[in-house]
Amino acid sequence: MKALSHAVSDAAVIAWRNVIKIKRVPDVLVFVLISPIMFVLLFAFVFGNSINIPGGSYREFLIAGIFAQTVVFGATFTGAGLAEDIQKGIINRFRALPMSRSALLVGRTVSDVVYNALSLLIMALTGLVVGWGISSSVLDAVAGFALLLAFAYAFSWVMAYVGLLVPSVEVINNASFMVTMPLTFVANTFVPAENLPPVLRTFALWNPVSAVTQATRELFGNIPPGTAPPEAWPLQHPVLYTLLWAVLLVAVFAPLAVHRYRTSGRRA
Amino acid sequence: MANLVEASGLVKRYREVTALDGLDLAVAEGSVLGLLGPNGAGKTTAVSILATLLEPDAGSARVAGIDVRSRPRDVRRRIGLSGQFAAVDEHLTGFENLVMVGRLYHLGRHRARARAGELLELFDLAEAGGRPVKTYSGGMRRRLDLAGALVAAPPVLFLDEPTTGLDPQGRRQLWEVIRGMVGGGTTVLLTTQYLEEADQLADRILVIDHGRAIAEGTADELKSRIGAERIEVTVTDGAALEPARAALARFAVGEQLADGRSRTLITPIAGGAPVLAAALHELAQAHIAVRDVGLRRPTLDDVFLTLTGHVSAPEENGQ
Repeated sequence: MKALSHAVSDAAVIAWRNVIKIKRVPDVLVFVLISPIMFVLLFAFVFGNSINIPGGSYREFLIAGIFAQTVVFGATFTGAGLAEDIQKGIINRFRALPMSRSALLVGRTVSDVVYNALSLLIMALTGLVVGWGISSSVLDAVAGFALLLAFAYAFSWVMAYVGLLVPSVEVINNASFMVTMPLTFVANTFVPAENLPPVLRTFALWNPVSAVTQATRELFGNIPPGTAPPEAWPLQHPVLYTLLWAVLLVAVFAPLAVHRYRTSGRRA
Repeated sequence: MANLVEASGLVKRYREVTALDGLDLAVAEGSVLGLLGPNGAGKTTAVSILATLLEPDAGSARVAGIDVRSRPRDVRRRIGLSGQFAAVDEHLTGFENLVMVGRLYHLGRHRARARAGELLELFDLAEAGGRPVKTYSGGMRRRLDLAGALVAAPPVLFLDEPTTGLDPQGRRQLWEVIRGMVGGGTTVLLTTQYLEEADQLADRILVIDHGRAIAEGTADELKSRIGAERIEVTVTDGAALEPARAALARFAVGEQLADGRSRTLITPIAGGAPVLAAALHELAQAHIAVRDVGLRRPTLDDVFLTLTGHVSAPEENGQ
């Protein structure tokens, strides 16, 4: 019991440490608050007029995709933060403290939920300004945001593990793009997945980012009436499929990351 | 008196590199042991094992009477670690850094804050305590890092090269702080590359090289083994090394060492400047052309040259 309460309070201390940085570190502020606004505006005005969504508006279609993309990009923070802790040597301070072995990682992933929630809030407000809206119930809308955050949380465990493997912050920032870009673009985020060429199409239909996006669109009521129902199983059950991925990612990567944290001493 | 830190037969290998090769050490309660050695000697590896950051491949270690392998968590409650890299968060203030560490030692919010205030005062950081650490000088960061190691007032403290990279003034300041702490009865294991630092702070010095202990004693004992002062003569012509050795032999209080590559002869002496003058006279009498000459205090290199017959190992990667 005491061990559990320590694990929770230790993780809370670490999360607090990371959350403070939103106001202290300009990079974080820009990444969390400014760049999401830019993404919404860019896509809404640059592509908004050239991509047609049958029976609906591209801006409505687009917002859920941008939400999904932003929270996936946000996971890079988890990895970069941990890589920085290793690079600066502060991880050895933590490892020599009688704190819970999972606290650094749990605290980091939890603080990233806070970052993501702020990003989503800012993007939703920007979206409302450019003509996006929620046409479902409040409960559905909340479920949509919760699903985005849940998937983002799970995905940040992947990046946590990667962050503990790589030698520097620069490496993770560059390497993660090679994963997050295809993951968020070869999907139904910005164009309907059905329009993609065959191989990419299959990838997009089974890509969990597509499912998050589809689920969010449904929960926000952003699917134009009369749209043909999706043919692929993941997109027919987007909430279930997203949650399955979330559980899978945490089940695989959380133990890997904690193990890596416990055993990876600085080489001496 | 009981030993608060004890290690026997510690072995640690990284692929082909053997970082520790059967290291034994003991630190008596309330004393300071200086672990002295060049880069790559295994100092940081030894500290990492004792501070539970690494597991040894063989051997055993007890800190505050507790086995580091079987009960690492209990060890962590009783140690403080301050490393070569100031392990502080630059974006937090000095105060926030110490509160964070205090809370992770489970001091509770109130005590963590009180303790942070005390330590900032003690380390002359009270004024800077409200500023983000990124505005601190190198010396201030080190002091804050050291304060972090003391948050829980642990009975055992590991200081891994606490002054590496500091300017001489910062180094002296930090020495004062460490001396103050040791006065309070804390048991300290200190690693350093500087003989002077070990001399200033440590009750006993353990010299290690290639992961093995090669000498142990008080600073005075070690120095008397290598001579308190030395005359270092560089001759113009390598062939003159042997005649120079012969000319200065009568001043030597220990073994003379000649290095052909740098054409340098080191002669341990006692008696200081007058002996240097006499030695110069002797060299002139023997018509030995001298390029450079000086009277030096022994350095770590001298300790190594004397104890191992080789100059301290070159820096290794991965340190």
